[in-house]
Amino acid sequence: MRKLFLISAFAALATSLAHAHAFLDHATPAVGRTVPTPPPAVTIWFTQELEPAFSSIEVQDQSGGRVDAGDAQVDPKDATILRVSLKPLPPGKYRVFWRVVSVDTHPTEGTFTFTVGS
Amino acid sequence: MNRVISGIAAAAAAVVPCADVMAHGFAGDRFFPATILTDDPFVADEASLPTLTRAPTAADGTQEYDVEFDLSKRILPDLGVTFADQWKYVQPPGAPRITGFDALRTGLQYQLFINPRHEAMALVGLSATWAHTGRVQALASPDFTTLTPTFDWGKGFGDLPDSLPYLRPFAITGNLSVDFPTKVESNGAPNSNNLNYGFAIEYSLEYLQHHVLDVGIGQPFDHLIPLVEVALTTPLNRGLGGNTTGTVQPGFIWSGQYYQIGAEMILPINSLSGHGIGGVAQFHVYLDDLFPRSIGKPLFGY
Repeated sequence: MRKLFLISAFAALATSLAHAHAFLDHATPAVGRTVPTPPPAVTIWFTQELEPAFSSIEVQDQSGGRVDAGDAQVDPKDATILRVSLKPLPPGKYRVFWRVVSVDTHPTEGTFTFTVGS
Repeated sequence: MNRVISGIAAAAAAVVPCADVMAHGFAGDRFFPATILTDDPFVADEASLPTLTRAPTAADGTQEYDVEFDLSKRILPDLGVTFADQWKYVQPPGAPRITGFDALRTGLQYQLFINPRHEAMALVGLSATWAHTGRVQALASPDFTTLTPTFDWGKGFGDLPDSLPYLRPFAITGNLSVDFPTKVESNGAPNSNNLNYGFAIEYSLEYLQHHVLDVGIGQPFDHLIPLVEVALTTPLNRGLGGNTTGTVQPGFIWSGQYYQIGAEMILPINSLSGHGIGGVAQFHVYLDDLFPRSIGKPLFGY
């Protein structure tokens, strides 16, 4: 009976095994780096699949003005990729704010900067 | 003291409510790992299975090895409990070895605040080391209960200016607590009130690589956190005042998606704290990531 209980408990836990917090794996433009020409988009690769309805990216210039096109979306072919288009960017420093929810409902968020031009 | 702690907790909660409380130590961009020596400043659903310790040789030559198990469990999103116990293997010089369990330790913790913008967090708690739950005679496990109000905090340096990119991955966590034993002496030896204090200085390569500057650190090294931990205990009374003991523990933590591993050297700060070098290693799992829909979430209010 005890063995049956342990097996049942393990099965219940195993079926609830899912994914984990989504962390940024890498991004384009790269975190903290300078790109010579204005990028058309910010793309972030995460360590887990994302919930599209609750995952977003916002990009701001140094005065806090929003420079992304507001069309952030999870890649339909790879749910670990989140992308947002950018308006034409003049040289300067930009800050990316991302907030995502992994498919098991864990939220994470983060920021990083990139620079356009020298 | 409990009334004071409760009052502080209530006042703090009223003015700085927790922001989006998540398990295992997130505050904005910052991820605080579960440190081996320094109590974590966050409530969590986590377990250390196990922590293996080879203590520095004691002043009388005794050698000790410990196997410890810890569990942290959230009851509410901001309220958690902890359980810990350890099995000891003690080899006194020229005498038979002694083995057995040490006293059971439990705790109740309340998350005071989490500030994502400034990567700051703090909690208050009340820990108890329970009488007669270990081998009292053979292993000197206590025959008295000790109550310990605690204050734990953490602060990341990510809000430093962008012009200091290599300082922003630093973070520090710290502890402050006071022991209140329920018996003033045991077998003729005094049981003092003790002041416990310590801190951990961490440098997160994950933070550097993924939040500050892509310097090309790939997996698995981008999840490495070198750190130094310090823990000190100073008896306050009953003839023991001033006999501070403690350890300095340099090492690292590697944090993955579901678990972390850590290893540290143990360096005693003085002869009262031991001789030579000890070591500790820990395997630590994130229950909230392994079992997000069952034992990995708060029991209520989630």
